[in-house]
Amino acid sequence: MPDALLETRQLRKEFGGLVANNDVDFTVPRGAIVSLIGPNGAGKTTFFNMLTGVYKPTAGDVYFDGERMTNKPPHAYTQRGIGRTFQNIRLFQNMTALENVLVGMHVRLSGNLFQAILRTPGVRREESEARDRARELLEFCGLRRKDQVIGRNLSYGDQRRLEVARALATQPKLLLLDEPTAGMNPQETAEFTTFVGTLREQHEYSVLLIEHDMRVVMGVSDRVTVLDYGEKIAEGPPEAIQKDERVIEAYLGAAAVSHS
Amino acid sequence: MRQSIVRGWWSALGAVGLTEPRWRALPPGRRRAIKTATWLAILLVLIALFGVWKIAALAIAAVVALLVVPAWNRIPGGKFVLPVAVLGIFICYPWYVGWMPQLPIFGPFPQLSTVVVMLIFSMMALGLNFVVGYAGLLDLGYVAFYAMGAYMAGWFASNQFANQHLDLGAVGLFQGWSGYHITIWLLLPMAGVATAVIGILIGLPTLRLRGDYLAIVTLGFGEIMPQIARNGDNLFGTGFNLTNGTGGITPIDGPGFGNWAQTHLHLPANYLNAQNFDSLYLWTAIGLVAITVFCSMRLRDSRLGRAWIAIREDETAAAAMGIPLMRTKTWAYATGAFFGGVAGAYYASYKSGAFPDDFFFNISVFILCMVILGGMGNIWGVIFGACFLAYLDREGLSNVGAWFNNHFHTNLNVPLYEFGIYGVIIVIVMLFRPEGLIPSQRRAAELHEGVHDEPLYEAETAGA
Repeated sequence: MPDALLETRQLRKEFGGLVANNDVDFTVPRGAIVSLIGPNGAGKTTFFNMLTGVYKPTAGDVYFDGERMTNKPPHAYTQRGIGRTFQNIRLFQNMTALENVLVGMHVRLSGNLFQAILRTPGVRREESEARDRARELLEFCGLRRKDQVIGRNLSYGDQRRLEVARALATQPKLLLLDEPTAGMNPQETAEFTTFVGTLREQHEYSVLLIEHDMRVVMGVSDRVTVLDYGEKIAEGPPEAIQKDERVIEAYLGAAAVSHS
Repeated sequence: MRQSIVRGWWSALGAVGLTEPRWRALPPGRRRAIKTATWLAILLVLIALFGVWKIAALAIAAVVALLVVPAWNRIPGGKFVLPVAVLGIFICYPWYVGWMPQLPIFGPFPQLSTVVVMLIFSMMALGLNFVVGYAGLLDLGYVAFYAMGAYMAGWFASNQFANQHLDLGAVGLFQGWSGYHITIWLLLPMAGVATAVIGILIGLPTLRLRGDYLAIVTLGFGEIMPQIARNGDNLFGTGFNLTNGTGGITPIDGPGFGNWAQTHLHLPANYLNAQNFDSLYLWTAIGLVAITVFCSMRLRDSRLGRAWIAIREDETAAAAMGIPLMRTKTWAYATGAFFGGVAGAYYASYKSGAFPDDFFFNISVFILCMVILGGMGNIWGVIFGACFLAYLDREGLSNVGAWFNNHFHTNLNVPLYEFGIYGVIIVIVMLFRPEGLIPSQRRAAELHEGVHDEPLYEAETAGA
């Protein structure tokens, strides 16, 4: 792959005797939307956690933007440009929406302890700029005028949006979305699919998506990778995946029948 | 338990026609007016019972002032009204304390020396608040930092090291002095920095741990420090006397500005020789607490403060947002240690000594109680908690005990039960008001989701 933003080589994770990910080779090309699908327990989230430094791989390597990232701490991944959301929403529940986004900006701000105490002009400017940008981001994600609402008081859909806004605040090159439409109704899901499309067109983010909803996956992805029992069993454009027999057998079976 | 009391409260009020929904439906202004009136009525009853008119007038003024506080925020500069008023009350204390009447139960107002100790403990509690209140790391060994600060003062402002000879602006040196003597004004930041370094050294290996494990390890460090102090008169068998063992290091120099400043600027040359010894220490302590409060507020609203709160709320999510956990936690630890060290050095200067018996585990718990009682994460709450508990420790309990013995014809030595009483206070606070007496709004929400397992069917009314 000539211009791979994210690349894994023989990435492997074992929990005791259980092999959660078995030597997965995987790439996200720059500017692409790639989906990762697979039945429950296929090792998607484990894989995701290795791509963000939450888990250390048992073997294999992660390369991001040409740099070897294996065994670096999670904040280093964010620093280099990987922003993520969580499958079960993990907002800072008791901070306002604005503060959540500001925490996301942490790596892009520079004020240290002493500057904060003295409140130097530099820090003052940085903070007010950060606030402006945070409000813009909230508006972009459809959270206009919700900046002072405490995280836990937001509606479910808004919490999902806020998580995306917070991930975008880290100014990622690659956005990892872990089942972003889980629990959304069909209308919200459709809106979200459009939103992911906008992300790429307007802001040139690359996106890696874990998703269960086939309409989202097939509607938005350039490439789809299928995991089953920790192994990559297929990879390719959505249409090809839909026709791949191993995939249908392992995962799509019931869904493909019900949607056709 | 809390639920049943709240339910009982509303059913009692419901019996006289005021049910909870009806109360909630009232406009906020009227609700506040009713609350004010109720408090005033209660105060009037108390006045009638005890017959203390002077205090009653003050208390009513205070309650009315507090209830009007929210409106001040709308006036430009109004947010400074309350802090300036509190500052004024503390600064003027030496002048009006003699005039103050006896309080019911609690007896006379605290003496100046007690107020100095209350303020020093406020500073320590504010330091611990960085660690426990902001970053959410349970530290059971905070006394180690207090000890470090005190011994810094012991080493660099006394005759401890007999074969050294260094004078750096110190005041009140006697003939034939030896050792290091650095002026307290320089020593306070030095002690803070040295303690912060110790905090970082302790923090680096321990802060990788989470929750309970961190608490246990800090507990260990809190035990190690006083043992070093106690046995440091023959350090590692080398014969080097670091801490003077159980005897402690005494005397320690007092603060002062020197003779030149006294003649030209009318600043006290040496606190220890001054007529208004306690007042001087009091005003200096107020200055130190004010600096601590200032730093607390600035840091709370900064990038670093947000990172601390994010770690407290969800460590995994914070790491995923690019917050370096170790470094951020270590900063919290070092900041807390800094203020603990400064407070320790100042206290040592005030007591003119650093004694190993002052640094036992119970002091760690004592400071933690102050933070919990007042309200974790809330600056004013923590100061209140610290002042109140330090007051109880120094004077309050014996006064209350005397009152109790007089009225019930018992013969109890109430101060003996000190830590039992604090324990009861903490249990009551955690049961009924886990967020502390003056909570930070954020922390209140957090603790109410964590402490009480609220039954599901009440989930709808809980948020109303």
